[in-house]
Amino acid sequence: MKQFLKRLLGTIPVIIGVVLLIFLMLRIIPGDAVSVLLGDHVSQDTIDRLTAAMGLDKPMWQQFVSYIGNLFKGDLGISYTYSRSVSEMIMEAFPYTVKLTAMAIVFAWGFGLLAGIISAIRQNKLLDRLFMGLSLMGLSMPVFMTSLFLQYLLAFKLGWFSLVSDGSWPTMILPAIALGWNSAGSIARMTRSSLVEVTQADYIDTAKAKGLRYRAVILGHGLKNAMLPVITMMALQLSSMLSGAVITESIFAIPGIGRLATTAITNRDMPVLQGTVIFTTIIVIAGNLLADLLYSVLDPRIRKGQ
Amino acid sequence: MDEPIRQQESLQSQIGEKDGIGEKLLRMCRQNKLAAFSALLILVIILMAILAPVIAPYGEAEQDLLNRLQGPSAVHLLGTDELGRDVFTRLLYGARVSLTIGILPSLISLAVGVITGLLAGYIGGAVDYIIMRIADIMLSIPSLLLAMVVTYTMGTSTVTLFVALSMTGWASVARVVRSQTLSLKESEYVQAARSIGVSRFVIMLRHILPNCLPSLIVLFTLNIPSAILSESSLSFLGIGVQMPQASWGLMVNQAKEFLFTAPWLCLSPCLAIMIVVLAFNFLGDGLRDVLDPYMKNQ
Amino acid sequence: MENENNILEIRNLRSCFFTEKGVVPAVDGISLDIPRGKIVGLVGESGCGKSMTARSIMGLLRYPGRIAGGSILFDDQELTTCGEKQLRAICGKDISMIFQEPMTSLNPVLKVGKQVRETLLAHDPTMDREEARRRVIEMFAQVAIPEPERRYNSYPHELSGGMRQRVMIAMAMIGSPRLLIADEPTTALDVTIEAQILRLMKQLQEQTGMSILIITHNMGVVAEICDYVYVMYAGQIMEQGETFQLFDHTAHPYTQGLLASIPRLGNNPERLHAIGGVVPNLLHLPAGCSFCTRCERATAACWEQKAELEPVGEEHYARCFHCGEGTA
Repeated sequence: MKQFLKRLLGTIPVIIGVVLLIFLMLRIIPGDAVSVLLGDHVSQDTIDRLTAAMGLDKPMWQQFVSYIGNLFKGDLGISYTYSRSVSEMIMEAFPYTVKLTAMAIVFAWGFGLLAGIISAIRQNKLLDRLFMGLSLMGLSMPVFMTSLFLQYLLAFKLGWFSLVSDGSWPTMILPAIALGWNSAGSIARMTRSSLVEVTQADYIDTAKAKGLRYRAVILGHGLKNAMLPVITMMALQLSSMLSGAVITESIFAIPGIGRLATTAITNRDMPVLQGTVIFTTIIVIAGNLLADLLYSVLDPRIRKGQ
Repeated sequence: MDEPIRQQESLQSQIGEKDGIGEKLLRMCRQNKLAAFSALLILVIILMAILAPVIAPYGEAEQDLLNRLQGPSAVHLLGTDELGRDVFTRLLYGARVSLTIGILPSLISLAVGVITGLLAGYIGGAVDYIIMRIADIMLSIPSLLLAMVVTYTMGTSTVTLFVALSMTGWASVARVVRSQTLSLKESEYVQAARSIGVSRFVIMLRHILPNCLPSLIVLFTLNIPSAILSESSLSFLGIGVQMPQASWGLMVNQAKEFLFTAPWLCLSPCLAIMIVVLAFNFLGDGLRDVLDPYMKNQ
Repeated sequence: MENENNILEIRNLRSCFFTEKGVVPAVDGISLDIPRGKIVGLVGESGCGKSMTARSIMGLLRYPGRIAGGSILFDDQELTTCGEKQLRAICGKDISMIFQEPMTSLNPVLKVGKQVRETLLAHDPTMDREEARRRVIEMFAQVAIPEPERRYNSYPHELSGGMRQRVMIAMAMIGSPRLLIADEPTTALDVTIEAQILRLMKQLQEQTGMSILIITHNMGVVAEICDYVYVMYAGQIMEQGETFQLFDHTAHPYTQGLLASIPRLGNNPERLHAIGGVVPNLLHLPAGCSFCTRCERATAACWEQKAELEPVGEEHYARCFHCGEGTA
């Protein structure tokens, strides 16, 4: 627990660093915001007045301090394009992204773990080959490709699903599979190789020498140990999954956070882009913390702080 | 160490399996046909990309508006796109962009990652803390979103892609180099070198770096496909490579409008991406097996 | 069984590694008897095939290792052909094994008590869990683990090396085996702990009347507890005999070398004896005696011809043309 608190505190500099980095990167071009808001053909006087009103004439560090202060209050600024509160916009979009990624995670973990375990137990048999081939395909296909492929095959040709999603659960299935496919592939491969490697461990010999059934050896002694690297990888995948969500949301027209970010780029809507990136990153960091917690539950060596 | 493992190790040294990198590569080619084939395939594709102007049957942007959205035929091997451009030609030119963007940022990440990782691991203390926190920051921002931020600032261009991909890539290299440096730092020969007064710089260069080399080769090879995938994703969203340049991701982006009427337009660049990515992954896995069997779970 | 007094009889056992570069005969036709209620030692350098022999008995050979011939009879039951299910029923109950590394031989993520209890439940799934737990704690007490109740819930990393090896012994003993195989049980331990563990094994043997096959490279361990010794080199038995007989009338130059390399107090030669050279490559063994490359007494005959295991005394055999020459 103490270990975990330490880890929790350790994320604070990282979060501040993320905010600082994004904040600075979006402000390398000065005065940009105002010209976006006003368009061309305005007098310098108008520009100056608006700049002052928005606090953009203050030194960068003052702007940053007030941004961080507002961030803690849940205020991410006002969208240039829609003149609305960015946090409100994010909170409207967030449930869709949660739905999408949650379903994708359930698919990726469920399918990935199952395929990995079966492959490890039935090493080099038909099912193993099939699963490993499928997961290899998953690994080598970027999300947009899986999306287009599934959209064409399952929605357009076979008509099982709708082409775009309206945000309801059933229409989310297709995008979720498209999004989770890649992760499912790497989880399956990692689970398999980790399990196969664990079966080389000395304690597996001990377990066999006890006269345990092969399945009991694998599931009882192998799996828990084999899961440790898999969990680390799952946490790392949260980040790439949220990247992928940007693409899936764009292809299937889901009004989630990713869509917010893509439209923000087109509209040059800096506060929205900034807000979505920072918000998503904090989600990723939280996910990694959670994985750490799970890891320490599974591995007693870490639990006791060794 | 367990007896049978020791036995097998002494067995291996008996059969003479302690070779240098060159022999290991040869051994990989002999034993792992898939990796050898992948290496060959990659070479051929690189060659085709370099020779694109020679091989390509049409010009890169040559339009033929009378023959738009044609299916594959003898005249146009892979058909034509919405402007009547030859897809095979575009694919060849696209390979130049896609491969460059796969390889160059990976090289930059490698260089930056090696330097920062060595410094963090060998010097330790505050330097280590700061470098690793920056790496943490880079790794926790979803790469696509970070690239979007870079795009917002720098506009859409190939340079933007370089910057965006290098920013995310170095951090994982740095982590690996750091952890290897930390363990090598404690090894007897580094201690010995230090005790006779060899300078830090020389130790890092002469003793630690060569030991990281196998992992780095593997890391580099596996970095390329992920950079290619990132490039194609960004170009697919329309914030990567811009017209009239061709890249595989951009070709999919344009072809997706015709997914239901001319699916082959999507298919060929998609297949191209898949094949190259698979080839690099196979090669990387093969290299890891011979060069760095202990890195499997990193 | 040739002799009803034996609990285990190995005849002409061959276990090989089937590698790409060729077949490596790690165990090359050895025969070995373990009498009921006795402690038998199998001695040799690393890589001589002694662990392979033990693992062959338990069916624990790792890929690419396989039993290539011969027989292993345990109480009239052939283990090499009996099938996995049969072997499973025997392992952990009638035959159990202790491994060299107590550090890695216990599963790091499971409580040690549960790991021991598992052995009981594997062979009697109907057993009450509480009852099993009680018996594990009893067994912990018997192998002198302090605070057995509390240790039941410990994880391996919370125990010292000696304590872990006691857990391994408890795990091996809980099924009341008739044969205990101990593969270098004390190699990874401190010398003081080594003595404790050996004493414990001896004591358990006396209490239960089981047989023990102890595998070691340490002649001192053999002298301490073994009734009978087999000396193994490059996959073959070089010399075998009753312990005192073998120590007093050592016949084979290899065994003499092993004994001479034990440092002794009071007897101070200029420097400690060491057997020159290294274990030969099993893929390219000499045509004759496999020890001839390192043997001080080797003659032309040794290089060309293999010696047979010939009697050199009562219950004492050696594989050498020059038995007993130059005995210290």
